[in-house]
Amino acid sequence: MKPEDLKFAKTHEWVALDGDVATVGISAFAVEALTDLVFMELPAVGKQVEPEEPMCEVESVKAVSDVYAPVAGEVIEVNESLPDNLEVLGEDPYEKGWIAKIKLAAGAGIDHLMDHAAYEKQCAEEG
Amino acid sequence: MRNTRDTQLLFDLSKPGRRAGRLPACDVPAKPLAELLPSSAVAAAPPALPEVTEPQIIRHFVNLSTQNMSVDTHFYPLGSCTMKYNPKRNERAAAMPAFAELHPLSPDDAVQGMLHVLHEMQQYLSEISGLPACSLQPAAGAHGEYAALLVAAAYFRDRGEGAQRTRVLVPDNAHGTNPASAVMAGFDTVAVKTLPNGGCDMEDFRAKLDDRCAVLMITNPNTVGIFEPNMRTIADEVHAAGGLVYLDGANMNAILGITRPGDFGADMQHYNPHKTFSGPHGGGGPGAGPICVTEALAPYLPSPIVRQRTVNRDADSGASGTPGDYYLDFNRPKSIGRVRSFFGNVGVLLRAYCYIRTHGPDGLKRVSENAVLNANYLLARVKHILPVPQGDRCMHEFVASGSKLKKDKGVAAMDIAKRLLDYGYHAPTVYFPLTVPEAIMVEPTETESKETLDAFAEALFRITEEAPDLLHEAPHSTAISRPDEVQAARSPCLCAPWTEQ
Amino acid sequence: MPYLYNTPEDQREMLAAIGADSVDDLFAPIPDELKLGRELQLPAALSELELDLHLRELAAQNQHAGNSVCFLGGGSYDHFVPAVCDAIGSRSEFYTSYTPYQAEASQGNLQAMFEYQSLITRLTGMEVSNSSLYDGASSAAEAVLMALHAGGKRTKIVAPATLHPEYRATIATYLECLDAELVTVPCPAGVIDADELASVVDDQTAAVLLQQPNFFGCVEDADAVAGVAKAAGALLISVFDPISLGVLKRPGDYGANIAVAEGHTLGTPMSYGGPYLGIMACDQKLVRRMPGRIVGETTDRRGKKCFVLTLQTREQHIRRDKATSNVCSNQALFAVRAAVYLAQAGPQGLKETAELCLHKSRYLAEQLCASDRFSLAFEAPTFKEFVIRDAENDVAGLLEKARAAGFLAGLPLAAWYPELSDCVLIAVTEKRTKKEMDALVGVLAGVEASQMASAK
Repeated sequence: MKPEDLKFAKTHEWVALDGDVATVGISAFAVEALTDLVFMELPAVGKQVEPEEPMCEVESVKAVSDVYAPVAGEVIEVNESLPDNLEVLGEDPYEKGWIAKIKLAAGAGIDHLMDHAAYEKQCAEEG
Repeated sequence: MRNTRDTQLLFDLSKPGRRAGRLPACDVPAKPLAELLPSSAVAAAPPALPEVTEPQIIRHFVNLSTQNMSVDTHFYPLGSCTMKYNPKRNERAAAMPAFAELHPLSPDDAVQGMLHVLHEMQQYLSEISGLPACSLQPAAGAHGEYAALLVAAAYFRDRGEGAQRTRVLVPDNAHGTNPASAVMAGFDTVAVKTLPNGGCDMEDFRAKLDDRCAVLMITNPNTVGIFEPNMRTIADEVHAAGGLVYLDGANMNAILGITRPGDFGADMQHYNPHKTFSGPHGGGGPGAGPICVTEALAPYLPSPIVRQRTVNRDADSGASGTPGDYYLDFNRPKSIGRVRSFFGNVGVLLRAYCYIRTHGPDGLKRVSENAVLNANYLLARVKHILPVPQGDRCMHEFVASGSKLKKDKGVAAMDIAKRLLDYGYHAPTVYFPLTVPEAIMVEPTETESKETLDAFAEALFRITEEAPDLLHEAPHSTAISRPDEVQAARSPCLCAPWTEQ
Repeated sequence: MPYLYNTPEDQREMLAAIGADSVDDLFAPIPDELKLGRELQLPAALSELELDLHLRELAAQNQHAGNSVCFLGGGSYDHFVPAVCDAIGSRSEFYTSYTPYQAEASQGNLQAMFEYQSLITRLTGMEVSNSSLYDGASSAAEAVLMALHAGGKRTKIVAPATLHPEYRATIATYLECLDAELVTVPCPAGVIDADELASVVDDQTAAVLLQQPNFFGCVEDADAVAGVAKAAGALLISVFDPISLGVLKRPGDYGANIAVAEGHTLGTPMSYGGPYLGIMACDQKLVRRMPGRIVGETTDRRGKKCFVLTLQTREQHIRRDKATSNVCSNQALFAVRAAVYLAQAGPQGLKETAELCLHKSRYLAEQLCASDRFSLAFEAPTFKEFVIRDAENDVAGLLEKARAAGFLAGLPLAAWYPELSDCVLIAVTEKRTKKEMDALVGVLAGVEASQMASAK
């Protein structure tokens, strides 16, 4: 998956939409900024999520960060092997580093998300 | 002198058949275990503890001890921790058999000497805080915060405001225990912004204060070592909104005999006797967390409380006994109950008692005066190399910022902290509070000399002149270099491997 | 003042460097109307010699295990404290150091904590241990909070009446402001009735507590209690006696998920109830919900093995209001003493200590019950404590008589268990001798033990 093909939330999550299922992860920029992740708690399958609400957590040695749900819906699958292979988040954030698949709620969409260019601009400003 | 040989794990020293402690032969008739206990309850073998001799134990742990910095060996300017000298007379007192070998459930009339000390401590702490009622039960500062918040919750429930007052306001530079204690006590926390001087942002404070507020928790002097400029106003406004003010007493070392929390508007406070009153920190504990509260909150304090019988009070409590005797009062129907077993961390309180008796009223005031003098002097010596955003004056501690050094030379506060270890100084607290970038928090305490402070300032100058690469790799002279914390957290190894026998 | 350095000359120089006129000037930020403006009303300063005399006077008013024979238990015990514990516990580098946040300057503490954690896992048969909490009761309460967090929507905590009343009271306090309830199961036989327990434990139960041996000294059927908890999907919290593990099965053996204990008995004196040592160990899968500091092994930049505080994201200084607990200290000094104690005991020493407690307490119980006046309150087997019933129902008079003869003979139970107002809880550690016990029997039963034995 190329980042150019993804949509991004301002809280640094990416979304790849296939039908009504959104695959979700965190951006390379976020992984870099979080430095040396040591632990991740996946969301529970079946969990109902809303945009901008915490979906799960990632931890570095001395910080805990929320991962926010970028879309509304239900978590239908999680990347079980990810917590034991956190280096994947840095090496391949947009493919093997996916976190969860969310089945969009009725009427939910991804229009509120940014395209890659807009996201790059935001990162440059935060930089 | 440090033994530089690698220190093996205790378990590596073990050899079957070795042992240290020997026990007397059993002097009563001993029946077989099978006759005494059901076989389902009996272990197949005792736990797989190491088998070592007494000399091995001593050499092992003494050599380990030499890998620590400590107050007795090093200057320890660790901000917010008040690492002052731990008087030896206090240690001797706490080890006296009449105190150390005292069973906590002894009848009151068998422990009158102990209860005398504890009763006096309740009174001393109340006098120093200006808050008339005291519980010595909590086991640590955070435990005291928690107990006091439960007291507040019980008070509001009693007034029929329990459902309404659900919020605890906590400044964003407060110690993490404050919000954590509030949540454990069933409250929601609301962060209040602070200004660069560490004081409350009054606009934000007022925006968040309403009739849902149960308690405002405030640290004063605050975490950057400044006396809260709006203390009285803040307390008045919290009270006007029907709330209570909690004073985190972590920084009492600055104000003993000078000002009292009860006089500047606090309704409750905890003490850290292991900071303010010289109890040793023990490598992380034990501490103690006695709390003092206003008369209105007194009925809710944990039980028991030590009281002295008077003819009049006997009628109140319904208890009988000789006037003048001390007793534990459990007959307190509004009390929140217990937050731990037994009376409290008496050994720590006894050391604090010795400290207060050694100083007297004048001495305690001089403790704070010298703590503040030492901190201001050190601030004056270092501010041109490490700017102190809060200004030119402080109370007992100050927070310098390494952000200029970070920008100019890429040297982080952590690098300075680590390099100080090479110079023979314990590092200051770094990266706290989070509100100061590259924070370096220095608290020299009163039990250090001007010469020590001068030498420490000198070391800081020299470090800022050193090559960045040298600093990034510091420390160079300690038993180990910087540990890999990522590895430790990513694949935790929390005990030595062993297999069932 | 004995611990202050600054001479008047120092003060002048320092004030000049600061640019202040006087020390009072430094306190200018405190508004005058908030200043005390008088001396604190405290007694005048004492010299070390005067303090010593004062303390000796107070000490003389205490009856303690050093000048009396102590049979008091109930969670605090007169076990022997070997000299090695004092020798290591009084090393300045241990007791005057701070929390080992600077790992490079704290390897002594960190390795000692790692060894303590390792010893506790071996002692308990559990997978992980933290580096200690405040005391047994607050550790039990913290274990309950852990179980509630792990249990999702489950809000019920079940404790037997045989759990230490002060532990139950502490748990009740901790739950008062939370959405959870503590249900106490009566135990008229002095031990848990597994059927009675099962009738209370349900799919809303987050945890079942078990004290082994229990408050009355009786050995519970831990397997049965564990079975009830497991069947309902609740966690089992074991409150154990560390010394008993020289003989009894370990919490890990009977399937405890969290094991907590009062650990002062491992080399720290009674000190009128504190400071003590809260031991906590748990299943590996619960480690991220565990409160308190944890030390882990890692390597330094040169590849050398070393130790560091780890999993700190659980703790209040990082997670603040979402922390697993507000706990911010541990009892490191007593954890070191416990490590030293366990090392000096070794497997054989712990076993022998436990056996001495068992045999001696059984002996005393038998001798007392040889008198018509006394009988055991419960039939269940005991470890080092037991409850006797006084047929004459004069517990206060009995204990007073013993005290006058130099014995702290036992704990009256009426305040905690009104139905046991004619009962006394008696503890016998390895320190008690046959001679002391025979003398106690003489005082309590009013005749010499040997005469009673022969009279039977």
